[in-house]
Amino acid sequence: MSALPNVEIEPTPPVPSKAAALKVEDLHLAYVVRGIPRPVLRGVSFEVKPGESYGLVGESGCGKSTTAYAAVRYLPRNARITKGRILVAGDDIVKKSGDELRTFRTRHASMVYQDPGSALNPSTKVGPQVVEAFTILGQDQKRARDSALAALQRVQIADPERVMGRYPHQLSGGMQQRVVIAMALASDPQLLVLDEPTTGLDATVEASVLDLVRALIAETSSAVLLIAHNLGVIRTMCDRVGVMYAGKIVEEGPAAQVFERPQHPYTVGLLRALPRHGVTKSERPLATIPGTLPQIGTPLPTCVFVDRCPLATDLCRDVDPPIVDVGNGQWTRCHHWDRIGEIKEPAPGLGQAAIEQGDMALQLDNVSKTFRSGGHDVPALVGVDLQLFDGETLGLVGESGSGKSTLAKTILGIEGPDVGSHITLEDHELGSLAAKRPSGDKRQIQMVFQNPDSALNRGKSVRSILGRSVSKLTGLSGKAVDDRVDKLADSLRLTQRHLDLKPRQLSGGLKQRVAIARAFAGDPRIVVADEPTSALDVSVQAAILNVLSELQAESRTSYLLISHDLGVVRYLADRIAVMYLGRVQEVGDSETIFRGPNHPYTEALLSAVPNIDGEVRTRIRLDGEVPSPANPPSGCVFHTRCPRVIKGLCEVTEPPLAEVEPGHLMKCHIPLEELRRLQAQRKELVVEEQSVGPVEEV
Amino acid sequence: MDATATVGPVTPVGPTLRSERAQARRETLALLFRKPGFLIGVVILAMWAVFAVLGESIAPYDPFNDFARRHVPPGPEHLFGTDRLGRDVLSRVIVGARDVLLVAPLAAILGVVAGSLLGLIMGYYRGFIDDAISRVVEAFLSLPVILVALLTLVVLGSSTLVVVLVVGILFTPIVARTVRSAVLSERQLDYVTAAKLRGESGLYIITREIFPNVLGPIVVELTVRFGYAIFTIATLSFLGVGIQPPSPDWGLTVSDEYTNMISGKWWPTLFPALAIASCVVAVNLIADALQSLTGE
Repeated sequence: MSALPNVEIEPTPPVPSKAAALKVEDLHLAYVVRGIPRPVLRGVSFEVKPGESYGLVGESGCGKSTTAYAAVRYLPRNARITKGRILVAGDDIVKKSGDELRTFRTRHASMVYQDPGSALNPSTKVGPQVVEAFTILGQDQKRARDSALAALQRVQIADPERVMGRYPHQLSGGMQQRVVIAMALASDPQLLVLDEPTTGLDATVEASVLDLVRALIAETSSAVLLIAHNLGVIRTMCDRVGVMYAGKIVEEGPAAQVFERPQHPYTVGLLRALPRHGVTKSERPLATIPGTLPQIGTPLPTCVFVDRCPLATDLCRDVDPPIVDVGNGQWTRCHHWDRIGEIKEPAPGLGQAAIEQGDMALQLDNVSKTFRSGGHDVPALVGVDLQLFDGETLGLVGESGSGKSTLAKTILGIEGPDVGSHITLEDHELGSLAAKRPSGDKRQIQMVFQNPDSALNRGKSVRSILGRSVSKLTGLSGKAVDDRVDKLADSLRLTQRHLDLKPRQLSGGLKQRVAIARAFAGDPRIVVADEPTSALDVSVQAAILNVLSELQAESRTSYLLISHDLGVVRYLADRIAVMYLGRVQEVGDSETIFRGPNHPYTEALLSAVPNIDGEVRTRIRLDGEVPSPANPPSGCVFHTRCPRVIKGLCEVTEPPLAEVEPGHLMKCHIPLEELRRLQAQRKELVVEEQSVGPVEEV
Repeated sequence: MDATATVGPVTPVGPTLRSERAQARRETLALLFRKPGFLIGVVILAMWAVFAVLGESIAPYDPFNDFARRHVPPGPEHLFGTDRLGRDVLSRVIVGARDVLLVAPLAAILGVVAGSLLGLIMGYYRGFIDDAISRVVEAFLSLPVILVALLTLVVLGSSTLVVVLVVGILFTPIVARTVRSAVLSERQLDYVTAAKLRGESGLYIITREIFPNVLGPIVVELTVRFGYAIFTIATLSFLGVGIQPPSPDWGLTVSDEYTNMISGKWWPTLFPALAIASCVVAVNLIADALQSLTGE
């Protein structure tokens, strides 16, 4: 350690006037793994006032979920609170005994979990479960039942009687989460903790659940602690936000202010790594944060971010950074916050030049896929026509159940399409199943999977994973294989040392690099990437997106990119196809799709994304649920949820996928000009609202 | 200092990844040895293994041909007493470890090897093959092990080889079912899809991709089956169709002596019975420790 005195400026961040509903003071927490305590929280302090919503953001492993669970003292057995206090309404819950804790959780605190499916008891009807939340508060059966009905109404469930008679699995994910929220609010808790409440939900459902939660926050006096990895969710939901890194809050302040004027290098890095403001691969690469999160349990003497910080100096290694109040309730834990402006964005010149449309690489004609389930035909794909050109990225978007993944599997030959489907690679038709395709064809189409932990065999070294793919796909042997592996590793920036390791010893980003290298082993013509970055953290995602666009520019490989993250799609895709219920609803250039006018479904999808830039938009609410593919609606399959439905036409005839302007195909009865007018009207509405009120959308 | 955020950086690896891995392994091993159950199991089993190997050379008396007074109770001369023919019980218990510690592992290995093979095939191919073998497996599982073993051994005549075969084959379906379910969850992982996409054969995927990853449950299964084999073989010897006289095998001895318990001669029965119990318990302690470790 250095001889410099360690100035101990432990946090007394600006104290808000009102008494806090939740106050965490210098919380230190460690998990005991293999008998050794590994610190996870290193002095977390924050407070949430009644009626306020506080968001915690940060990448995985930063301790945000641990903090959330600590706030209701619901921690795994091996967790040890080594120092600090957690005060809920002035009561220190660290000191509470088992019985006191139970009363505390019954009456004063509630939690909403990420997966509503597992938060509800699958073998009991919804009714008794909600009623129980009230009987435990001392209400008799009859009163509890009335309270339960009211609670379900409060979370905007239209027909609570009917929902109470259902089992959880008979409800959609969004509906389940509403039920869980209703139960969480039963005791009118002083503290409500939401842990990634919308992460598993589709964009349009997420939007409506978030609207609901926001309305509920406004009407209760509960303090809300929200954990989310999606910065857009935090931005739209929270009054104040704390940015966590390696077990410490490094910056805190009003949400809008922190996201617009971040004062900590980590926050800056996090925000710049996101594909925002419609940036695309042809403009510039995304900013990344070099290095990786320190491993849990490593000693971090001074600034936790020092090893990855572009501003770090010797001072940062020797002296704990002070808490600097930058005004308006925002503070940062940084020596060099005044030099934040020096962190530069990547130069635009480094982006990949737009690729002009080349020859046809893959052509899909009338591709259908029908599964048989319980004696019924379930069509997952219906008459899909699509083209993929050389060197382009085709983005495939749509909610779960839209058939995106089935389409990818059909192209790869994992699922055989129905009779009458034609998939043409360059000049010849492909066999239905990969096993029946000649090795030349297998080499041409490869895949990058969503989850590298599942995609890489954990028993093999990186070298053997890549080597096998090279020899199998290219037919090379001996030294030539090693050379090719080295070259692949090189282009993915993997070192020789990485090659000797096993997947579990690599970070998430490195694992995904290995998976990408494997897909490129045989110099493929087409790479299908199914949610390639959704299992990764923001800063890692940026690096992977950069690598994908570099590789594409070098090799002119075509990508079929499946992603629910429209920012990612916008960054990487040249063209976009929107799917709904196994049918392509709209295809067009990325620019055209994001500019509009769009198919009403696309319009709703685009408006549903929680926005990190705080830009106001009227959200289009889609009513009802996605119909079952086994029993699709008549006419246009979207008519049951379409806000612009034309009665008497849409439910009768299915519109064709017609070219409404050059390169822009759409399946809608409403003429393009009419859509343009309607959608422009909607945007005007937004502008008016904006000029009237403050930047807070309610 | 240049404060430009780097573009597409080489994510550095800590220089200690390799040693970290070795350390993790050391920690795991240390954890295993810190489990008292595992330690006790290993000590007991090691003791019996030493007895089996050294046998006569450490036994105080000749277990076969040293006839003293019959049914001498345990005392300073004969620590565990003597049996109905006047042989030293302690010496017979020590040497009796030999047969069971040879036959039981062989039977367990046979059952686990055959069962794993079947389980891998069933789990990977699913469909018709799985259905067909599953029905046979279920049919086998519905038969009481001891009864079938008894009948088979009576028909075929008893020899060490036949005992190993019969017990091994009877264990096969149980192992097959366990391995099958492990394979089922492996084959859903994307690395199997990736292997298919590059055109690997079923044989390659089973042996080189999936097998190494289900080795954990297979090792656990091996220890569990070893415990059951000790018990099953002792039972068969007790019923007279397992290990044959003049072996001082524990099950056999219990069978020969238990009638004398009525007249108060408990020692020739109790000590071999305790020996069987200690082996079974020791093996199960080890199996539990391994299982909790692979489960973590």
